[in-house]
Amino acid sequence: MTDPGALLVRAVLLIPASSAALLALFPDDRATGRLNALAALLTFFAAAGLFFFRPAPSAFLIVDDVNVAFTVLNTFVGFTTSVFSASYIAHELDIGRLTPVYLRFYHAMYQTLMFAMNLALLANNVGLMWVAVELATLTTILMVGIYRTPAALEAAWKYFILGSVGIALALFGTILVYVAARAVVGEGLDAMAWNVLVARAGSFDPTLLNLAFVFLLLGYGTKVGLAPLHAWLPDAHAEGPTPISAVLSGLLLNVALFAVLRFKMVLSANPQALAPGPLMVTMGLISVLFAAFMLYRRHDIKRMFAYSSIEHMGIITFAFGMGGPLANFAGLLHMTYHSLTKSAIFFSVGHIAQVKGTQTMADIRGLTVTHPVLGWGLVLGVMTIVGLPPMGIFMSEFLIVTSTFARQPALAVALAAGLLVALGALVLRLNGLAFGEPRGRNAPAEASFVPMFAHLMLVLAAGIYLPAPLVAWFQHVAKLLG
Amino acid sequence: MIDRLAFDVAHLFAGGLVLVSFMLLYQDRMFGLLNIFALHALVVSLSVAWQAYIQQAPHLYITAAIALVVKAIIIPVALHRIIVRLGIHRTIETVVGIGQTMLAGIALVALSILVMLPITAQAGTLAREDLAFSLSVILLGLLMMISRRNAVSQIIGFMSIENGLILAATAAKGMPLVVEISVAFSILVALIVIGIFLFRIRERFDTVDVHALERFRGEQP
Repeated sequence: MTDPGALLVRAVLLIPASSAALLALFPDDRATGRLNALAALLTFFAAAGLFFFRPAPSAFLIVDDVNVAFTVLNTFVGFTTSVFSASYIAHELDIGRLTPVYLRFYHAMYQTLMFAMNLALLANNVGLMWVAVELATLTTILMVGIYRTPAALEAAWKYFILGSVGIALALFGTILVYVAARAVVGEGLDAMAWNVLVARAGSFDPTLLNLAFVFLLLGYGTKVGLAPLHAWLPDAHAEGPTPISAVLSGLLLNVALFAVLRFKMVLSANPQALAPGPLMVTMGLISVLFAAFMLYRRHDIKRMFAYSSIEHMGIITFAFGMGGPLANFAGLLHMTYHSLTKSAIFFSVGHIAQVKGTQTMADIRGLTVTHPVLGWGLVLGVMTIVGLPPMGIFMSEFLIVTSTFARQPALAVALAAGLLVALGALVLRLNGLAFGEPRGRNAPAEASFVPMFAHLMLVLAAGIYLPAPLVAWFQHVAKLLG
Repeated sequence: MIDRLAFDVAHLFAGGLVLVSFMLLYQDRMFGLLNIFALHALVVSLSVAWQAYIQQAPHLYITAAIALVVKAIIIPVALHRIIVRLGIHRTIETVVGIGQTMLAGIALVALSILVMLPITAQAGTLAREDLAFSLSVILLGLLMMISRRNAVSQIIGFMSIENGLILAATAAKGMPLVVEISVAFSILVALIVIGIFLFRIRERFDTVDVHALERFRGEQP
């Protein structure tokens, strides 16, 4: 146990796991929110340490260039969301939407979710990764239903049905990958270890791999929220507590996409297997176009941003499907920026829904007049997410579209059209939300704005200047993704 | 080398599971559905136990025991009590007629055999047919989930998918983590059953109508 890397990996997993148990037992008090944030901060430090100390891969856990960046992003957004969650939850307690018992449950589930996502990212064994994704699904189902209104239970039920069918398909795909690997690697843990799979995929049976990938893409794709498998996503975002919407959009979708990427790397390592790219491009493009048009018909503010998440996951899947160093690089950047921006938007939307007492957009007007900080925060967030310069998302979307133009002009036109349609919808809605005559309830906002602006500033700074080591890092990972 | 008897018995159980899946499809009463599901779980547990015996993999007996105790006994009994308590032992509403559902089921089984048999030549004879059978069970479970309207049949459909997955996982000889995966699945199902019981989502059982869903989505007045 002298290896600092192994200690750090344990810390990343055990801090959330043990604080989940602790927070479940801790007597109900306002301090639990702060404890939750503290645990998330410690996890983040441990994850950041993985950049410097890397343990040797074991049969179950691995830290490599690909997942370390995801883990750090995951724990960072997990920490900032827990800071936001502390002030959000305090308000929910005040108005009696949550009782102290549910509060304990909520915090325990929050840490369990962080544990499950970190485990899914760090898992080397594809079966273990599947168990972790399932655990993450379970905890989010329970959290979506936490308000126990008919609508919340409805959303949780739908999420359960679609999510569990998705993970069932993913497990079948995982079994097929094992069957393909067993013929070459032999029985046992090695045939499920991801690093072994990639190294020896060249001699696997290509037809089995093809079939497995279809199941994996559909299975984990349900969790990514790709159209036509997205139906659970808007409901789950709209009915659960807002910190959970932020974590769902910012992190859990990424984790599911990460699982797809891992298997894509296995497939790309086998020249005879079907190219995974076109499948991903198709699903990504359908998601972008579908979500862009659906944005116009939304009346609920959280639901609207949930559709925007479908759109962005579509863009990212599209980019990784195109493949090649440039598109992968842009996809990675976009994934990072989208996590940061979308969670920042949900932070502001959470407070807006609290001060206004409603999520219906028709009842929210003139936010920049009544709540300048919140209102302008939302404006800044939406400007970022639609991809206006000089924000980071502009850069990544620009890279995706231009790199596609060089290879498949027709696809690039379709993608750009989707982006513009979505931009129109969001700006149209934002105009009503942020400007005009104030309407409805105007409770003062008691909120911590630090997480929201921290995220947006990061995306802005990255859009203006991305440090060279970071660029080199992302390029390196992009090359690994093939 | 697998001897002839081991091979035939394994096929008997796997084929029996597909047959019981079909029986699930045409049940139109709640209690009948629960009894058939208990049979489904019993067959899967026998099949896993047989695989444990012929593969000499004692840890698979744990999976078989979990399937037997949790899915063949505890969950059917719990669901039975929930149904009695909530007074919902009516006929099950189906979205499409039984006849069409059965025809679709036959087509799905044919499809999975056509898909799986040619491409799993490398996987070994036993695994090959078992994978085809388990894909059939999974697809039949999916068909059941979409052709039924109430929550209990959807849960049972999901659990039959799970049984199909366990069949596939045990057929893939020497697959690690099978026990852990079956435990994880049982936790998922148990939580959902408890969830129904605690939350008493009665309206779920009465209508799971698409229109009721749209009302909550806020898109319709």
